[in-house]
Amino acid sequence: MAAGTGSGKTISATFSPVRHWLLMPSWLVIGFFLLIPVVLMLIYSFLTKEFRGGVIWDFSLAAYDQFIFDRGLFGDDPPRIEWAYISIFLRSIGQAMGATVLCLLIGFPTAYFIATRPAKTRAIWLFLVTIPYWVNLLIRTVSMKFLIRDNGPLNEAMLGLGLIDAPLQLINTNFAVQLGLFYSYLPFMVLPIYASVERYNFAFSEAAADLYAPKWTILRRIVLPIVKPGIIAGCILVFVPSLGAFLAPDLLGGAKTFMIGSLIEEQFKGNAGNWPFGAAASMILLSMVLIVLMFYARAQSRDQT
Amino acid sequence: MKLRSILGTTALVLAANAANADGKLSIYHWFEYIPQELIEKFETEHNVEVTMDTYDSNEAMLASLKAGTLGSYDVAVPGDYMVQIMANEGLLDTIAEGELSNFGNIESQWLDVAFDPGRKHSIPYQWGSTSFSVNRDMYAGDINTTSILFDPPAELAGKINMLDSQGEVMALASLHLGIPQCSNDRDQLKALDALLQTGKEKWASFGSDIAKDVLVSGDAAAGMIYNGFSAKARAEGANIEYAYPDEGYVVWMDNVVLLKDAPNRANAILFMDFLLEPENIAAVTNYAQYAAGVTGVSEFLDEALATMPENNPRDGSGAGAFVAVCDQATQEVYDQIWTRLRS
Amino acid sequence: MTRPFDIRHYRGFFAVTCACLVILYAPLIIVMIYSFNDSASITNWGGVSLRWYVDVFTGPDSEKFKLAAWNSLSIAVMAATVSTTIATAAAIGMIRGGQFKGKSASFALISLPIMVPEIVTAVATLIFFSTIGFKLGTLSILVAHIVFCIPFAYLPISARLQGIEASFEEAAQDLYASRWATFRYVLMPIMGPGILSGFLLAFIISLDDFIITNFIKGAGVETLPTAIFGSVKQGIKPNIMALSTLLLMFSICLVTLSYFIGKRGEANPPPQT
Repeated sequence: MAAGTGSGKTISATFSPVRHWLLMPSWLVIGFFLLIPVVLMLIYSFLTKEFRGGVIWDFSLAAYDQFIFDRGLFGDDPPRIEWAYISIFLRSIGQAMGATVLCLLIGFPTAYFIATRPAKTRAIWLFLVTIPYWVNLLIRTVSMKFLIRDNGPLNEAMLGLGLIDAPLQLINTNFAVQLGLFYSYLPFMVLPIYASVERYNFAFSEAAADLYAPKWTILRRIVLPIVKPGIIAGCILVFVPSLGAFLAPDLLGGAKTFMIGSLIEEQFKGNAGNWPFGAAASMILLSMVLIVLMFYARAQSRDQT
Repeated sequence: MKLRSILGTTALVLAANAANADGKLSIYHWFEYIPQELIEKFETEHNVEVTMDTYDSNEAMLASLKAGTLGSYDVAVPGDYMVQIMANEGLLDTIAEGELSNFGNIESQWLDVAFDPGRKHSIPYQWGSTSFSVNRDMYAGDINTTSILFDPPAELAGKINMLDSQGEVMALASLHLGIPQCSNDRDQLKALDALLQTGKEKWASFGSDIAKDVLVSGDAAAGMIYNGFSAKARAEGANIEYAYPDEGYVVWMDNVVLLKDAPNRANAILFMDFLLEPENIAAVTNYAQYAAGVTGVSEFLDEALATMPENNPRDGSGAGAFVAVCDQATQEVYDQIWTRLRS
Repeated sequence: MTRPFDIRHYRGFFAVTCACLVILYAPLIIVMIYSFNDSASITNWGGVSLRWYVDVFTGPDSEKFKLAAWNSLSIAVMAATVSTTIATAAAIGMIRGGQFKGKSASFALISLPIMVPEIVTAVATLIFFSTIGFKLGTLSILVAHIVFCIPFAYLPISARLQGIEASFEEAAQDLYASRWATFRYVLMPIMGPGILSGFLLAFIISLDDFIITNFIKGAGVETLPTAIFGSVKQGIKPNIMALSTLLLMFSICLVTLSYFIGKRGEANPPPQT
């Protein structure tokens, strides 16, 4: 977001007598249509599932029990830790972290490069990076699916160039999901890092260079720590949506390897029809995201003091 | 002649008006299962505006209805076992006796069916079979065994698409093991679970709506599929062969049901009557390449349909079996196996 | 090369940037090229033609896509209008409302739709609508879109407002302008670019949404993303590539528009006193 912070603080209270009326619509709309639903979802996760979808209003811990414990096919084995769902979450976290790292590896140099262009060309570079962000995510995922098909253009091109002898199996693999997430959220990494680097005062680098610091040391020891808030913001903007992604696993992963998003979807739209379990899985996902955001908020307030 | 057509039109308009004021019909249907022209024909004949949403498995349709879309749709097209489940769940409205003027067109063998005794909620739509097809460019060996799916030869391993349909996958797996459906024998259920877990290693993807396309595009070398859908894939250029395995295969009948709280109940009845006309349901058969359950369709059918290999089980193949409806306790074990398979 | 001049530039960064752009654009450009393919097969090249573009408007699926496009556009316009209005009010309340108790809680509430993962919002909304018996349909989609568009509209608007000094409003108030007149004739013209980019961002976010819409759409209601998804599930067809290319063009027009609005905003920065 291009924040034109202008000059200095502009704290004003012109509208303070009516601020409650001004804020009321947003409180009401978000409170009623998001906060209450989330609370309701929390309640649902403690209800009893109705056979074949829906809930019975009886308190139950079955959803969380199912998530954590494996009681065998028939439900009467001594409970063991259930790895199926935990591994879906771990896999999703792994995929999301992988996507974040890939985005960072490509996104940081790109953002840095753009931010150090002269003002005129900088706008054009930035414009080029922004366009894909405005293109429908579904269309981008479908395009990626088309590109990496077994008989798709990428394989054809690599076969034609003699890089490979047989088509690479890319589609319906974990790698494809990884690639899809990386591709989907790459602009999210570039933009905040760009904003930080743009504000970076290169006098620091010059001072360090005057003291004969090697270039890469300057980058590591001086630039990186100063633009860290931008990097963290970028990482969060990539990590959080990747964690709950649905399109990439469904379209690129062949819907075979579940990620959190597909697991939850299956409980409401698919065969499983287990609402409390879907609500519980959603709550667990939400808690994970909120924990990440809290660390971020704490890191940020520490940076500011 | 002129008078008759005027009278006919008047009768139609009156019927349409009497039948429904706002002239709408909302269909919840499988994907790619009804020709657009047939819907348009119904729209002009009865002056009704049709909207249609699609689903890709019986279970997904049930989930959606239970998640709040019941009361928005007039008719849906569940498979046999799902008709029974929906009736048990109270999701279906009852068709009164004599309400359907073309009720007599239903073939006698489909009249008093186990999943809807006396046809109180449903009429036949299409019936066919589910097994699998193999790309003959990729594999030339024997395909008359369900091992193609559950213990595939090296040429096919990792290149198989499975239907995302719990009922049919489990039924076919039970046939492969030679165990009854809805078994509550623990060893048999464990074997079923183990079979699916090892099978999963050899499968590339799950998807019903993609089943035809992956065979045509070559993304899959073999795939579980419905017979008519396989015929369409073959017509689109895939060198595939549909198998009627020794172990048996799944037979199904999809049925048009009248949903509870249908907003346009009268038009739903009109639509069901419309689909019981031999000419109309034959158009569906020609499009989807399955078989209708209505008498007098044969004169309207494409000739090729009768001799199509997909529609004619080979001599000596196993028997066809409908998907069974289990009681709640057993079904919960099956659900558990399916969840383990998909996660 | 002298050090101070060189210090900003790192070898390899240019190459990575080019790689980044190739990655971002390659799939889109390839789909664009194949949308002009005359062949019905997506694998073989059959010469250049516009037949799939004709198909988008006249083919068997055209009615479905037209209806979906109309739904998408009308929902996006309404959702963006409502959410931008709510966000503008909220931004003034937050940034011109002085210090007050619950300010950070208010900010957290406004940003909640961005922080909650989309799939969780979808589940919560579905459960909520199903519990209160709200009939799923166009209205349910619209309500959900308004909610998650608010923070996207809020961010650019509040950023712009933060850059505007208070002296203008204070001057207007000193001259006995009502609060409404102060907003209408003083604040809004200066906030204009921010409000417009907020509106555009909300519009594109609404147009883009698949997950939430897919969860709560009612009978017979499709938006472009859900219609395209339904179609793509059965395989990528050439008409989908043509449709995608058209949407791509539409997005590029929008982003260009917002770019020039941004430029105008830069050309007319919030006046300083």
